[in-house]
Amino acid sequence: MGRYFLKRVLGTIPLMLVISFIIFMFVHMIPGDPARIMAGKDATLEEINRTRQALGLDQPLMKQYLMYLDRMFHGDLGTSTTTGQTVAEMIGPRFLPTLTLAGCALVWSLIIGVLLGVLSAVMRGKWEDYIGMLIAISGISIPVFWLGLVLIQIFSVQLGWLPTGGLDNMQSYILPSFSLGIGVMAIMARFSRSSMLENMKEDYVRTARAKGQKESMVVLKHAFRNSLIEVVTVAGLQIGGLLAGSILVETVFTIPGMGRLLVDSIKFRDYPVIEAELLLFSLQFVVINLIVDLLYGVLNPKIRYES
Amino acid sequence: MAEVLLEVNHLRTEFKKRKGKVTAIDDVSFHIDKGEIVGLVGESGCGKSVTSLSIMRLLRDTPGEITNGTVLLGGKNLLELSDKEMHAFQGKQMAMIFQEPMTSLNPVMRVKEQIVEAIRLHLDMDQAQALKHTEKMLTQVGIPDVQQVMNSYPHQLSGGMSQRVMIAMAMSCYPELLIADEPTTALDVTIQAQILDLMRELNQKNGMSILLITHDLGVVAEMCSRVIVMYAGRIVEQADVETLFAHPRNPYTQGLLASLPRLGQHVDMLPSIPGTVPDLANMPAGCKFAPRCKYAMDICTKEEPKLVDMEKPGCKCRCWLVEQQMKEEGKA
Repeated sequence: MGRYFLKRVLGTIPLMLVISFIIFMFVHMIPGDPARIMAGKDATLEEINRTRQALGLDQPLMKQYLMYLDRMFHGDLGTSTTTGQTVAEMIGPRFLPTLTLAGCALVWSLIIGVLLGVLSAVMRGKWEDYIGMLIAISGISIPVFWLGLVLIQIFSVQLGWLPTGGLDNMQSYILPSFSLGIGVMAIMARFSRSSMLENMKEDYVRTARAKGQKESMVVLKHAFRNSLIEVVTVAGLQIGGLLAGSILVETVFTIPGMGRLLVDSIKFRDYPVIEAELLLFSLQFVVINLIVDLLYGVLNPKIRYES
Repeated sequence: MAEVLLEVNHLRTEFKKRKGKVTAIDDVSFHIDKGEIVGLVGESGCGKSVTSLSIMRLLRDTPGEITNGTVLLGGKNLLELSDKEMHAFQGKQMAMIFQEPMTSLNPVMRVKEQIVEAIRLHLDMDQAQALKHTEKMLTQVGIPDVQQVMNSYPHQLSGGMSQRVMIAMAMSCYPELLIADEPTTALDVTIQAQILDLMRELNQKNGMSILLITHDLGVVAEMCSRVIVMYAGRIVEQADVETLFAHPRNPYTQGLLASLPRLGQHVDMLPSIPGTVPDLANMPAGCKFAPRCKYAMDICTKEEPKLVDMEKPGCKCRCWLVEQQMKEEGKA
């Protein structure tokens, strides 16, 4: 078990290096010249070149990447080319709102999604099942930004119950986290339903019934415990989608989070900010998958005892 | 006369299919005495497992439904019980072990958790007592390193070991009836013998009745006092084991026995029964075996024979030819 954990944790280091390289290269391949944007519209060629030198953009790409890595290892995320603030200063206050938003979305969507899936599986072929799956299909099909706008129209503009945007109090998290989580909820519902249906057919479920165990315990203690392994795997993958979704949701609900910062910095070709943001998103994703892997080890004895 | 433990009368189980219902088993009637080992044999797909699952009421999550008959255990009709009342019987009065021991244990639970669960459902024990009892049961089924096995997960056990665990679990609440659905089919030959020995030992020691479902006539000859032969969802012959092997009456039973290899007898090719078991959705009218039977007469394809008593008490057969022979003998 210890070795399994250590292997997983160490495995993330080369992974992050590869990710950082890909991010760096992609960002520098975005069309548009940050030196030209920074120097302003009426800058002379000389001024632009001077800006380019100041930003280190005249160096060969590989050298720029190594310099970037070197800065990273010293904890220096760089300085924004548009605001002049350090990247850490810019990201710092925006990190928590995004994390809270994603966290809220994740918690409700996992709980409701899995619950819906398990209930649908148990009620297979009955009306409860059809309603559950109707909700799930709708959840997958509705685009996040459209749902966000409709929710604002209904609950903020017409009913006036909830704020249209911003992050002034806990209530302002309700609509954004609902829009953000609905897709994950739907996928978790469908997935846990099919996983439960699979497991309910297994021989050990029949054994549990033959013991005289009551049906609710057969479902929870035997079938669900096995489904959990698969559910956790899929949940981990969904969190990536959640982070991507936060970009749209933050834009619709004007939330000052990482997603909006990313959109703004791409607009201004603010390389250091884009790189830092992408790296942070990737790091979150890698960490979540690491947690999933470790959980997987806890839930599945076969994995735990292999190493 | 021995006391009857289980009595099954005219049991019929139907399967709901998209195109209506098909009858998986029909008119299944037999009994098991206390302390008796009864064999239930037949080819694959003849309804042996459906019969056992119907008796245990484990048809949930299959499209199967019991539509006729009674299952009396100690005089109580199990088919009339509510789910909750039935749970008190499952695992306590009657327990079951299955063909695939490896997949019949929950892969994410330790062996001890699974046995303790069964114990605490039916016996008034706390966790510590239940663990002690688990240890005792595992020792009784001949597991050498009990502590290690208790803490193992199913994937760490061999097939034979898993079946021993299943048996220990089934035996843990001292059931009066053990239904063993092909308990040795998935195991290799030496382990098969060990598991059968263990079952016989538990039968003799605890006086527990066993319904042994198998397609292996060798196992039947070795273990059972009586045999029930099924074909296409019907019982076609019922007799004590000596009579059945020495004088099989039903042509189907005769065919089954003829297809067994015999020691010291050289044959180039073993005889087999031509054809296959009919599809449930497409059952022939009349005797279900008629299309494969070399003695088939006119009446066989028109009307289904009944299970009638033979001269010898306890022996029954479902065959027009046998009925005819009996009438002729009666006249003569």
